[in-house]
Amino acid sequence: MGKVLLGRYVPGDSIVHQMDPRAKLILSFFFIIIIFLANNWQSYVLLLTLTIGSIMAAKVNFAFFIKGVRPLIWLILFTVLLQIFFSSGGTIFWRWGPFNLSYFGLINGAYVFCRFVLIIFMSTLLTLTTAPLEIADALEKLMMPLKKIKVPVYEISLMLSIALRFVPTLMDETAKIMNAQRSRGVNFGEGNIMQQIKSVVPLLVPLFVSSFNRAEDLATAMEARGYRGGEGRTKYRVHYWHTSDTTGCAVFVIVMLILLFVRHW
Amino acid sequence: MDMIEVKNLIFKYPQQEVYNFNNFNLKVKKGEWLAIIGHNGSGKSTLVRLIDGLLAPESGEITVSGIKLTPETVWDVRSKIGMVFQNPDNQFVGANVEDDVAFGLENAAIPREEMLIRVKQALERVGMWKFADHEPVRLSGGQKQRVALAGVIALKPEIVILDEATSMLDPEGRLAVLEIIHELNRVEHLTVISITHDIDEASKAQRVVVLDDGKVVQDDIPAEIFSHRAGLIKIGLEPPFSEKLKEELIKQGIKVPDEYLTKEGMVDWLWQLFSKQ
Repeated sequence: MGKVLLGRYVPGDSIVHQMDPRAKLILSFFFIIIIFLANNWQSYVLLLTLTIGSIMAAKVNFAFFIKGVRPLIWLILFTVLLQIFFSSGGTIFWRWGPFNLSYFGLINGAYVFCRFVLIIFMSTLLTLTTAPLEIADALEKLMMPLKKIKVPVYEISLMLSIALRFVPTLMDETAKIMNAQRSRGVNFGEGNIMQQIKSVVPLLVPLFVSSFNRAEDLATAMEARGYRGGEGRTKYRVHYWHTSDTTGCAVFVIVMLILLFVRHW
Repeated sequence: MDMIEVKNLIFKYPQQEVYNFNNFNLKVKKGEWLAIIGHNGSGKSTLVRLIDGLLAPESGEITVSGIKLTPETVWDVRSKIGMVFQNPDNQFVGANVEDDVAFGLENAAIPREEMLIRVKQALERVGMWKFADHEPVRLSGGQKQRVALAGVIALKPEIVILDEATSMLDPEGRLAVLEIIHELNRVEHLTVISITHDIDEASKAQRVVVLDDGKVVQDDIPAEIFSHRAGLIKIGLEPPFSEKLKEELIKQGIKVPDEYLTKEGMVDWLWQLFSKQ
């Protein structure tokens, strides 16, 4: 259980892996914004090309992306069905009460499906090629302007990185407690819903207590090592903005310009 | 010269009535390796936390490397002291090995160029440089404690305090950690205070202080303290293996020397005895 990797990061040395995490984070957000500009099949083909191109540049197995879509498939289908049955316009093929199946509905459903899949592909690409810690670093850098309105940016980013660091430790601990409670006769994942909820209590209480003990130990250790708030610390981990990051940004901006040209107004 | 001086220390935890220390005094010499032993609740951990300024005494004076411990000087005092705690997992702050070693350096606002050098040196020192990019889950307890030691070494302290740092380790990990400590003490003349339940660890020290209910009951060289078998059992410690063996030999009617023998000393004495016969 200790081998679980958060965010399914796959180490590699492709151009995308080596990009500055800030650039990757910005571009992922940028992509999610410009995808809402797409409103005809040409624009979706354009964005699909961009996505496939990015995935190929990252040299990551395509199976990971399919896996990324799978847990969200019901949400996607539900949204697509809503679009199909509740939009009207164009030729109507079938009607029953408030539901109708129209030409526009089908088209819209297809677009929504594409939009979902592309967004998931792009964000999966971000988490596959960027270590969780790098994302935390990038968030810290990008949140810097918020310092002006007294947001404790350093503290938030340290909290984030400590939380990430303790995920596997706490998972190990959970497995241990589960085994200990099983040996005392607790059945996990059996019986009806009420019984299952009840069986979680002997798991959560010790986990909670031990987390607090850990937190206290960690606070003492951090203080002993001279931690006194985020101000005035130097940084060991740094990220450099390379030419490839600028190129990446340029590619996305060009795609947006073409997108503005091919979309329906 | 005294590296640490504790004078007339009075302390109790806020919610408690009983005083942990009432007029406690202790001096630690520069370059000395002092082991503090005593049963649970005898005040060992409390004492070192007071020295590091992690707890505040009611009254009394603590001087570390010539600096008197006050709320204003607490960070200067802490920069002289490197502490390694008991639980390897709960003191690992960084996401991976090199990050964790760098944590203390980042706090001390060391420029990055120097940080890179110091992190590498410290990790090479404890033999963990090839694990520099490993996450804590992929390390054993002993390896994590060596990383914690590297974090201490990188900060170049004058004093190293081990708060039962080896108690959760397997024998192999314990040995590796103790070897590094031994070297730091002998080669770099760092002052070492080690709190321990492990008699073998304590016997490596130059001086042993036995604490009981916040009082020093014995303060001597290890050989003297460990030869009093009954005394050790009274304070809840198991006598070292060589002492237990001596006891058994006496039962068999074999004459053994009175003074304390280390494990090696015991082996030497045994084969000499054997070849004489």
